[in-house]
Amino acid sequence: MSAAREAWRLSATALAARVRAGELTAVEAVESGWEGPGAEWEADVRAVAHADAAARRAGADAAGGRAGSGALLGVPVLVKDNLCTVDYPTTCASRILAGYRSPYDATVITRLRSAGAVVTGKGNMDEFAMGSSTEFSCYGPTRNPFDRERVPGGSSGGPAAAVAYGLCPIGLGSDTGGSVRQPAAFCGVFGLKPTYGRLSRYGLVAFGSSLDQVGIFARHAGDAAAAYAALAGPDPYDATTRLTPAPDVSAWDQGVRGLRFGWPANLWREGVEREVIEGLEEAAGWLERAGATRVPLEFLPGGYGVATYYLVATAEASSNLARFDGVRYGFRHTDSPDVRALYTRTRSEGFGPEVQRRILLGTYALSAGYYDAYYLMAQRARTRIRREYEAAFARCDVLLMPAAPTLPFRLGEKTDDPLSMYLSDIFTIGANLAGIPGLTAPVGLTAANGRPALPRAVQLLGPDDSEPRLLAAGRVIEVRGDAKRLDGKHETEFTWPTKR
Amino acid sequence: MSISRDDVRKIAELARLEIPEDRIERVARELSAVLDYAASLGQLDLEGCEPTAFAPAEAPLREDRVDGRQLDASIATAAAPEAEAHFFLVPPVVENLNP
Repeated sequence: MSAAREAWRLSATALAARVRAGELTAVEAVESGWEGPGAEWEADVRAVAHADAAARRAGADAAGGRAGSGALLGVPVLVKDNLCTVDYPTTCASRILAGYRSPYDATVITRLRSAGAVVTGKGNMDEFAMGSSTEFSCYGPTRNPFDRERVPGGSSGGPAAAVAYGLCPIGLGSDTGGSVRQPAAFCGVFGLKPTYGRLSRYGLVAFGSSLDQVGIFARHAGDAAAAYAALAGPDPYDATTRLTPAPDVSAWDQGVRGLRFGWPANLWREGVEREVIEGLEEAAGWLERAGATRVPLEFLPGGYGVATYYLVATAEASSNLARFDGVRYGFRHTDSPDVRALYTRTRSEGFGPEVQRRILLGTYALSAGYYDAYYLMAQRARTRIRREYEAAFARCDVLLMPAAPTLPFRLGEKTDDPLSMYLSDIFTIGANLAGIPGLTAPVGLTAANGRPALPRAVQLLGPDDSEPRLLAAGRVIEVRGDAKRLDGKHETEFTWPTKR
Repeated sequence: MSISRDDVRKIAELARLEIPEDRIERVARELSAVLDYAASLGQLDLEGCEPTAFAPAEAPLREDRVDGRQLDASIATAAAPEAEAHFFLVPPVVENLNP
């Protein structure tokens, strides 16, 4: 009984192994997270937007009926509220989709279920994935489990916080400009943004279609690899998925001997908090200890990426969000004399302030007379940024840099200053513009100097399809460069948040 | 400021959004701050940089194939605020020409 009660502490792969062996039922595996840490943390953290005990039970029963197969058998997964699920509402944390239920599952959800995983609920998020703090949600903010006065990052803050406090070992988010990697850093977990086109976007509510990619949260590098292996690959329902088989990540615990990691120190000469830089130095030391080599290089300042991103992403969002007009789904303003008033009143009441701001910005960037000056220039800058990465990857195998310039910030600190919120993504946006994969790896907590100890993290970026080496480097960071613990059969202890 | 109050009114209309008069000044200021920041792209040397519309992916265009997966009309209209006999209901789109 106590083994079942403590199941939430296990890695996803260890949990699935016990369910396959019949030592735990899928129901026990799923409910352990809700009965233990869920009861302790959820009321304060509010990571979950939609919970449904009956749907969860039905999901666990379906997994339990599979007679012992499935790489993720019985593993509970909290998925962001912008991924379509038949058994829970899908609302993008927006009033305009209030009560919406999708008639189909997203491809990544279908693949999760095929691997035996159980959707344990829908995670809170910034409305339509627009935000970096999970404060712009119609359900209210999610809080950081390590310090409830601080944000969990965003926009996928719900799944990040839930994985950190123990509700489930794996979460799914979406990463358009860093919305998986930045909250992973703020919550002290792994966050993988795959190569564009490796995970299907079918059933992911579109924000910036040329940038959006489904991403994975996990407490362990090996779990991120297991989830990637279960989810990645071509999908006939998404024409932007790559046709070639996804790279094999099974060597995630084989180390980094001979790996060259780029060290673009000019990027953190100013505007980056001291404790973030200390985390980078530590991680670099562990990689070197494991046989990797540091390659100092200069890199294009991240501000250009932010400028490019907020033209490209808002332009695409203004088009994608045109479909929310009160006709086919969700909320409708009830008293409109004509269809034009229906559109305008529904959208004005249904969308929150940040979403409206970005729709306006994108509409402006695409409007007659400004197209060349803004949108076209941004598309050309995007090419320039992609080349910058290509040049760097001619000299090194991965780039090591911060995932965010700061530690988790306080609730309310940036909500009134859009530009300062946008700059919180300065290190993550480039990967979306270039389409390359990135991994956030936690490096342990800060000292508790007058405030709770907070997570620190680094980000690794690599060329297209470099997920295997990113995960291998992430594993080295997870074991602090210790070759003796590298092998995946050594379970590593996660750094849990503690209740004060 | 790169965006005027009139600009805000105009793009709000294009975007089918209603911005209350007392918020227009603030929206103009916030959008201008982002656009002024975006103007930094003018400092980049973009010589020889063709526009990228899409992150390059080995995903060539392909023909759609019908595979039998269907969405029944009653399911497709089930989430609509107002629907009748598998149609979405909206207020009048054109005025009645024959009163």
